[in-house]
Amino acid sequence: MNCPSCYLEMLSGPAQTLWRFPEWFLLLLPLASVAIIAFFTRRCHQLSSFVSTGSAALCGVLAVLIFTGLPPFAPPQGEETRKTAPPLTWLKVGPAEGSVKPVTKDGTPRMHDGTLSVTIGMTLDKLSKAMLLVVTLIGFLIHVYSIAYMKGDEGKGRYFACLSLFMFSMTGIVVADNFVMMFVFWELVGLSSYLLIGHWFFKASAADAAKKAFLMNKIGDFGFMLGIIMLWGAYGMVAFSDFTFTSKFPEANLILLLLFCGTIGKSAMIPLHTWLPDAMEGPTPVSALIHAATMVAAGVYMLCRLFLSLDFALAPNAALTIAWVGGVTCLFAALIATQQNDIKRILAYSTLSQLGYMVMAVGLSAPEDSMFHLTTHACFKALLFLGAGSVIVAMHHEQNIWKMGGLSGKMPLTFLTFAIGSLALMGCPFLSGFFSKDEILLTAFEHSKPLWIIGTVAAFLTAFYMTRLVVVVFLNRPAKDHEEAVGHAHESPWLMVGPLLLLAIPSVILGYPQLGVLDYFDHFYFPDAHAAAAHPNIVPVMALLAFVSGVALAFAFYKNKTSDPIQIPLFSNKFYIDEIYGFLISRIQQPFACILGFVDKYIIDGLLVSGLGYTTHFAGRTLTWLQTGNVQTYTIGLALGLILLLALFLR
Amino acid sequence: MSPLTLTLLIPLITAGMIALLSGEDRRAPYRIALAGAALLFLSCFSIAFHFASAESVEGFRFLQESPWIPRLGLSYLVGVDGISLFLLLLTGIVTLAAVGVSSGVEDRPREFFIHLMLISAGAVGAFISLDLFFLYVFHELALIPTFLLIGRWGNHANRERVATKLTVYLSLGSLILLAGLLMFYFLSPVTAEGTHTFNLITLRSLLLTPQYIPGSIQPLIYGFVLVGSGILISLWPFHSWAPQGYAGAPAAASMLHAGVLKKFGLYLLIRFAEPLLPQGAQSWVTILSVLLLMNILYVGYVAMSEKNLRLMLGYSSVSHMGYVFLGIVAANSLGLTGALVYMFAHGLTAALGFALAGHIARQTGTVDTGELGGLARKMPFAAVVFTMTAMASAGMPGFANFAGELMIFFGAWYTEPALPFHGAVVVLALFGVVVSSVYMLRAVRNVFLGELPEKFSGVRDIEGLQERLPYLLLLAGLMITGFVPGLLTSPITSSLHGWMNLLGK
Repeated sequence: MNCPSCYLEMLSGPAQTLWRFPEWFLLLLPLASVAIIAFFTRRCHQLSSFVSTGSAALCGVLAVLIFTGLPPFAPPQGEETRKTAPPLTWLKVGPAEGSVKPVTKDGTPRMHDGTLSVTIGMTLDKLSKAMLLVVTLIGFLIHVYSIAYMKGDEGKGRYFACLSLFMFSMTGIVVADNFVMMFVFWELVGLSSYLLIGHWFFKASAADAAKKAFLMNKIGDFGFMLGIIMLWGAYGMVAFSDFTFTSKFPEANLILLLLFCGTIGKSAMIPLHTWLPDAMEGPTPVSALIHAATMVAAGVYMLCRLFLSLDFALAPNAALTIAWVGGVTCLFAALIATQQNDIKRILAYSTLSQLGYMVMAVGLSAPEDSMFHLTTHACFKALLFLGAGSVIVAMHHEQNIWKMGGLSGKMPLTFLTFAIGSLALMGCPFLSGFFSKDEILLTAFEHSKPLWIIGTVAAFLTAFYMTRLVVVVFLNRPAKDHEEAVGHAHESPWLMVGPLLLLAIPSVILGYPQLGVLDYFDHFYFPDAHAAAAHPNIVPVMALLAFVSGVALAFAFYKNKTSDPIQIPLFSNKFYIDEIYGFLISRIQQPFACILGFVDKYIIDGLLVSGLGYTTHFAGRTLTWLQTGNVQTYTIGLALGLILLLALFLR
Repeated sequence: MSPLTLTLLIPLITAGMIALLSGEDRRAPYRIALAGAALLFLSCFSIAFHFASAESVEGFRFLQESPWIPRLGLSYLVGVDGISLFLLLLTGIVTLAAVGVSSGVEDRPREFFIHLMLISAGAVGAFISLDLFFLYVFHELALIPTFLLIGRWGNHANRERVATKLTVYLSLGSLILLAGLLMFYFLSPVTAEGTHTFNLITLRSLLLTPQYIPGSIQPLIYGFVLVGSGILISLWPFHSWAPQGYAGAPAAASMLHAGVLKKFGLYLLIRFAEPLLPQGAQSWVTILSVLLLMNILYVGYVAMSEKNLRLMLGYSSVSHMGYVFLGIVAANSLGLTGALVYMFAHGLTAALGFALAGHIARQTGTVDTGELGGLARKMPFAAVVFTMTAMASAGMPGFANFAGELMIFFGAWYTEPALPFHGAVVVLALFGVVVSSVYMLRAVRNVFLGELPEKFSGVRDIEGLQERLPYLLLLAGLMITGFVPGLLTSPITSSLHGWMNLLGK
């Protein structure tokens, strides 16, 4: 690495391998799209949207090819598996050869010599292949939907550049082969989320929401980074494949919890959950793609990836904490959702609640259930958000459900697909959500009864608030004041309805055991097929009961109502968490900062520095009185001094 | 003649040419300065490009030595290694950018650009000199025009006072540093020629002789060097000159000082104090750990409370010095490499921040974040660049700052036994990243997002390629090295290994 040509080689290395390993295009295509839009086409909205959508489509094709193992990703003849691209070195810094002593001062052996080596690699195992499929295909549909949804928006070019940036970073998270690279892309999805939430930056609420989302994620990432550093400190490596936790490792609990902080931020678990509902200030397709289907699931994905390296059984306390954080978030968010009036916020809280299920499942050492639910949830939640977007456009950007009503007749396709999505989310039998939620509840029943009860109650609440939403928006007649607005509503264009229909299909069928989604993950995590656990009948029966009672109760309460008959301030005010945080920031942190600012200006600078300066200054001034320039004065001074000295020495 | 000497001559000759101009053409000084800066940039760039293939003497390349006062052992000795290479390149980049954003200077442009060129020459001289005497003198050469720039072209209401304070404070720092250097000079063993020496290469060979400065005196010398350069670097609690100075200075001066000149003290610590006073460095680790945390957290919180954009950027720049100190305290390859990468990144980031603040101030007439808002509507380019600068400051991957921070934190975590409570220090320092994000994103929010106040409807973006180039140049530097940090780390690390092997570290 010591000659200029080596620099060139370093840059051209990836270019050479591109032909042999086309999976690199998964990262390069979206990145190229960002660059093209930023430098050339950002003013030409139509072209920008095509560039971005085209790159997403190609990534989707690549993901399908990789998933199915078709050429060019087929294994070479005579071999069972195909080698994936060798990792490229991003950063490698270590001590000079042989210079580190193998023991510390107090004699304990060092685990490693302190070399940090970070690569950019491609992990293409069953886990990442499936996640890639979810990310790119849903991403592609949302690109298509956005072309129509963002029509006429003055920042459409910028919007699509950000979407491509998101696709780049999200793909990066999925294929990352080490913690540092995952963190890099983790931060980058945070950035694209920030940019997209703040897309309408001139709206104060959007600008604030973007900032809030970024900072809350940053707090989570603080823990995440610390976890990575500690992990490296213990093992000297950061690559996923390099290590497995051993039972001799006492800090496993702490490290796992710190890494989980990343999930808390990104997947908006309690206590860092408040950014997600606010993130609904962004354009609706963004809410669907980033804040429901993919990015927020990255936290769950990270835990599932971690599960491969770390036997959670070795960090039982941390695993239990994770499960409980998930469970509490699940119930808590469902409670809030029952009292929200903004269609997107209801869906946002429902996302929180569903993420809670997934995190709970990983915490209970059932990542396969978690990934199963992640997959089905991604489909029906994207569907719900896109449906909501269709409604919002039809209502001229009205989001309050009480100002809507009777839209089932006006927008039949939107209604149909939205209803399918809602039923899937509620866990209606024979739809995808039923199967995946059932698996998680079964796991919870097996490991922890309290969590199972929480999960079932949350399922009841889910059925309740989703039915409330569907009844008020689609089935009820609109209130008198809003009849006119509703009267103008009409079905959305095909570019928007098409993705809805396409997403409705997996929302229905993805859960069926015949499709083998669960088995797929199950085989991946537990290759030696473990005997299927006994299925206690009480779990699906209770889940069904929760579903039926939730739906029935919501119908009873909300049929033909034009305003909310239930008022629970604690829920509608989201347990006052935002107020508490606001208080902490404006009454504790900001005054603290201001006090320090005061100390800095008036004590350190004013009193100490300037004080010292003035003292010197006045000392100088005082001394100038002595410097009169008058020879007689000096002579007198000289004589006096002489006398003084004589007196001292001749005493 | 070494290409380094030529590089040093470029800004000097440019300054001379501007001085010879008649006062008639008000644009000519800018044009000549721009040409000179461009030449300087190309020269620094080509040195970096040919660095790897150049002949290496004890790790240094492009060496040139001519004795100056042999009786005192002083000589004009220049050369670069991985440690100084990127600081030289940084000087080239920031000088070009600083000249580039100063096209609008109306007030005595001749003197203005002469000063800029002298600062740049001083910085180049300091980073290429391998004789401590010249290292010191070149830095002083650069400081004087900085004072004048702030005093005469500053935008502060009482800019004379700010300039005076800065001058007195920094001169005090320089004096303390000088005392440390002289102590070092007289206590270090004599060379074969029978004189003391400031020659860093010779000193390195003396390091392992038994006559070398004993470990008992090193802490005292290191203390002087640390306090002296600490003042220059704005180490807490000697930092209070910096935010005010930067807020009061014209954009170009802040860019050059915060971006380049402030790195001098850090450079001196890494180049001189760490390798040549190893026991001294060891003894100050605990105190320095506390001070650097104050830099990161205390100053970070002060930045959070600051409503004036320029002061906020100034505090932020001070606060980020803490990370570099953390890398120095870690004192292993990882930490020091991170520190040097971060210095490079910080120089570009700081220059970007002050350049943008200058543009905003020119257009709106204010830098009060409470008054500003919604400017992204009218200044999309500036908004994008500012957001990127904020993200870089907040440690977003893709910018060199992240790579630097990463290495610093990992290096500091690995340190032992140098750093007591290193776990706590790393955790607290890492939290500084969150603090940085808070004030940086607040600035983005309050200046560029939200509704545009009526009175700012006439503001102008940074328009045209010529105006945008300085920003693009700085950003390109940050992003290229952020995407491929190996460009920086491999020369840096191999140079660090040179002296680390010597010390048996």
